[in-house]
Amino acid sequence: MKKFLGLILTLGVIVVALAAPWLAPADPFATDFTSGLKPPGSPGHPFGTDQLGRDLLARVLFGARVALFIGVCTVLVTALVGGALGLVAGFVERWPSTVIMRLADVQLSFPFILLALTINAIVGLGLRNIIVSLSAAGWVVYARVVRSEVLSVKEREYVQAAAALGVGQLRLLLRHVLPNVAPSIIVVASLQFSQFVVAEAAISFLGFGVQPPTPAWGSMLSESRDFLYVAWWLAAFPGAALALTALGVNLVGDWLRDSLDPKLRV
Amino acid sequence: MRAFIATRLAQTVLVVFLSLTAVFLMVRLSGDPVLLFMPMDIQAKDVNEYRQRLGFNDPLIVQYGRFVKGAVRGDFGESLRYRRDAFGLVLERLPATLLLAGTAIVLTLAIAVPLGIVTAVRRDSAIDHVGTVLTVLGQATPGFWLGLMLMYLFAVQLRWLPTGGIGGLSHLVMPSIVLAAFYAARVARLTRSALLEALGEDYVLTARAKGLAEPRVVAKHALRNSAIPIVTLAGLEAGQLLGGAVITETIFAWPGLGRLTVQALLNRDFPVVMAAVWFTSIVYTLANLVVDLAYGWLDPRVRQRS
Repeated sequence: MKKFLGLILTLGVIVVALAAPWLAPADPFATDFTSGLKPPGSPGHPFGTDQLGRDLLARVLFGARVALFIGVCTVLVTALVGGALGLVAGFVERWPSTVIMRLADVQLSFPFILLALTINAIVGLGLRNIIVSLSAAGWVVYARVVRSEVLSVKEREYVQAAAALGVGQLRLLLRHVLPNVAPSIIVVASLQFSQFVVAEAAISFLGFGVQPPTPAWGSMLSESRDFLYVAWWLAAFPGAALALTALGVNLVGDWLRDSLDPKLRV
Repeated sequence: MRAFIATRLAQTVLVVFLSLTAVFLMVRLSGDPVLLFMPMDIQAKDVNEYRQRLGFNDPLIVQYGRFVKGAVRGDFGESLRYRRDAFGLVLERLPATLLLAGTAIVLTLAIAVPLGIVTAVRRDSAIDHVGTVLTVLGQATPGFWLGLMLMYLFAVQLRWLPTGGIGGLSHLVMPSIVLAAFYAARVARLTRSALLEALGEDYVLTARAKGLAEPRVVAKHALRNSAIPIVTLAGLEAGQLLGGAVITETIFAWPGLGRLTVQALLNRDFPVVMAAVWFTSIVYTLANLVVDLAYGWLDPRVRQRS
């Protein structure tokens, strides 16, 4: 039941993101000052319009593109960088391990959202920089999980046997260790994904991150605060889209974790 | 145990020092803070004079040394905006953050632990299913959206509660509920699964076999053994909350550390940013240390091993 709901929601968001131009009733950037702040159900605007007369449904649909794009890019970057560092730290041990793990300790001494926010304020605004900041703050989890997995995998008999047969270090790492660590990477990625999507919205909400007029859910919610007294729908729909996305991905993540890696069950 | 505490303390000091270095590098590598704070029509020679006066022309290592020397005494310089001691501003915001964080932590534990216990003990009952739905929704709902929706309902429509600011008890209601909703969902889920695992262990079977009453089996044998993950999560969450709830404080105009940090970042008020971020990281690191030390108290095996 939870699994199906998760899959339906996640697939739904992906379809919406891909098909936004065909699903949207209007151009998400087209302003119309004669029909600003129309309530949901107005002719031609099922979700109503915002203060500039832009169609809210179109903006929410296009917002899925921004959210998923940032989420997917960040998960890929953090999985590659964090995973590679975790592999090195677990496999090579000695000083590379010490350096990487101390760095991880330092990063973990800051709450994730504060770190991502501070880095974003420093590297600057926009789509690319929000991916950079979330990645810089998020790689640690992979590095830690992958390192501890590698430490245990490399002691197993099939790895020892391969090493005894004279298999090179790099080949040993990529052919024998990595495939056995991969499920953990997938599980962590699925659990991190919704955290990244929500963090991006939160950072954009605070005025950093993705800037208007790009239709991102976080910056839409930020703009909606000025109109809370007169137009509840401006806050309700983008936030609901964000919550449903997070819900779907979380449920899929739970399911993946339960089926791929029972050890990580929380 | 003493060696364990000593090692953890040494690690904590090292991490706090390294995080200070990280804060310095993050902020100093971000560009010229003088230019950002000068009027548009300023002459290049005046900029240079300011830079000279504020010490930004010295080599990075000299600036770093000066920074560390000041930081350990709580001196991060003057706020560029308020022209006051930056660390003093941070400390001024502390009581508000402590009040909100304390309320949210109490609320979180008061909701989450009983809910986790009931849903584990009555597994697959109606209450378990309701609990699961609530915790899954609580985890997925972004706090700032929940905050806006509560504000619309209780402040705009019903006019029961103020939209923001600090004051009486009524100001505390919405922000603490928003914070507790998310954290309680996580703690409740973890309590449920940790307790379920413990209830399946042999020592629980033994306790039941010797005729112990079920409440005692749950409270004394199962709950104590599932306490470590719960304490870990609750401790981490407390650390996050004590460092200032960045987003919730901003929505509800709560004058705490989190809001100060956001405003300082928006104004590029770097002395305040450095003081606030470093302070947060110390609080967070100390919360982690307390959690680790609690392991020794909860689990005799940890004491033995070290």
